[in-house]
Amino acid sequence: MDVTVILDAIPLLIEQGLRLTLELLFLSLAVGLVFAVLIALMRLSGIPGVAHAAYAFVYFFRSTPLLVQFFLIYYGLGQFRPELQAVGLWQFFREPFWCAITALTFNTAAYTSEMIRGGIQSVPHGQIEAARACGMSRVTVFRRIVLPLAIRQALPAYSNEVVLMLHATALASTITLMEMTGLAGRIASRTFDPVSAYVAVGLIYLVITLLLTRGLKWIEWKSTAYLRPRDG
Amino acid sequence: MTASPVALAAKPDSALRAENVHKRFGSLEVLKGVSLTARQGDVISMIGSSGSGKSTFLRCINLLETPDQGTIWVNGEEIRMVTNRAGVNRPADRRQVDRLRATLGMVFQSFNLWSHMTVLENVIEAPVHVLNENKAEATDRGMALLEKVGIADKRDHYPAHLSGGQQQRAAIARALAMRPKVMLFDEPTSALDPELVGEVLRVIRQLADEGNTMLLVTHEMGFAREVSTRVLFLHRGQIEEQGTPAQVFDDPRSERCRQFLTTNY
Repeated sequence: MDVTVILDAIPLLIEQGLRLTLELLFLSLAVGLVFAVLIALMRLSGIPGVAHAAYAFVYFFRSTPLLVQFFLIYYGLGQFRPELQAVGLWQFFREPFWCAITALTFNTAAYTSEMIRGGIQSVPHGQIEAARACGMSRVTVFRRIVLPLAIRQALPAYSNEVVLMLHATALASTITLMEMTGLAGRIASRTFDPVSAYVAVGLIYLVITLLLTRGLKWIEWKSTAYLRPRDG
Repeated sequence: MTASPVALAAKPDSALRAENVHKRFGSLEVLKGVSLTARQGDVISMIGSSGSGKSTFLRCINLLETPDQGTIWVNGEEIRMVTNRAGVNRPADRRQVDRLRATLGMVFQSFNLWSHMTVLENVIEAPVHVLNENKAEATDRGMALLEKVGIADKRDHYPAHLSGGQQQRAAIARALAMRPKVMLFDEPTSALDPELVGEVLRVIRQLADEGNTMLLVTHEMGFAREVSTRVLFLHRGQIEEQGTPAQVFDDPRSERCRQFLTTNY
């Protein structure tokens, strides 16, 4: 391990890899969260076909390694190139970036939907009745009462998911993307010092994780004042 | 009986009307044909032992429970129901139900305040998001209502930080914020510590004195007698006795009502 290699590598990783890592993380988290709510609603809908489809989706993405999903999407979809071209999706799946986003999004959607489902089921029935008794439509009840309470309930688990997703973006390096881990690999082979290269990238992940968990803790604290004894 | 427009026009002052309401849970028939008419300004108390169906009947009026049979009119408007192929009764138009519910203020035994909102947020929530009122105006009126129920100083507290009596008064303010035509109280003091019952009853009494139309399910016999214009005694899903408070409490015709009052009043 060579401190000068580490000190040289850190600014390089931040300048050239951090942005892609964060893009992968936040784009897949944002889209994944929307999917997660939809999937949770499908599972709770009680409509046989719909609920089963949602369950199958969740089951598949939780039961196979994320790396396998990356490869299936990146290599596997190439076999359907004519079909994908026919529906105009080839442009999309031709890019490794969008393949990575797809894999990460579906993965986080599957896990998060279970957290949201638990959150929705934990909302006290009386509060829903009170909302209905005021004349709120189903959509308003969901938007104003159920979802805000469900998200607050799911937040601690979701913080964990965000951290896991940050670390999962490293897998994108296996499908040619030069995010931070991919870049660290290149530095490793150029300097013949893999330990220093990966220590450097590990330190950056450490700091990002710290910032993320602190930020999420703060959001959790701010949004759950109603659960704590009144301060002051 | 059908609800022709003529029949509706003939009852201009009935704020609430229920005709022959039936409800069963599985094999248990909880309501066996209950009817009631509440005119503008009526305060009707429903008493009876637990399981007599009084809460279920109240919940049928704003369709929190769907009656299996029977008809409900709110402000003279019939809630249209349809029966599906399996024979299950349900509202024909959910939006009609939402619209009519907005004219009925409901107060629950367990308060059911929205736990993630402060007291004031609870009070302005439905005016803003159901009636599309301007937030500033809703806030002004909300504060006036909190003033009225005596918890204006708690406006920024969350429900969990209030006593039961304060929570129930906040819930009453929340219901009043919708300017309801009729207030429905479902055992509003049954979940309260004895020393907190009084502060809630005082608010309800004030509402009665102001001429609000109210339906009240309660175990507070003395209170029911004082504030009601009419008292209903329910027994096993039917109205066993009804009349003025003096009739029901002093001179009940039904033996069951007499027994109930001996042990509860």
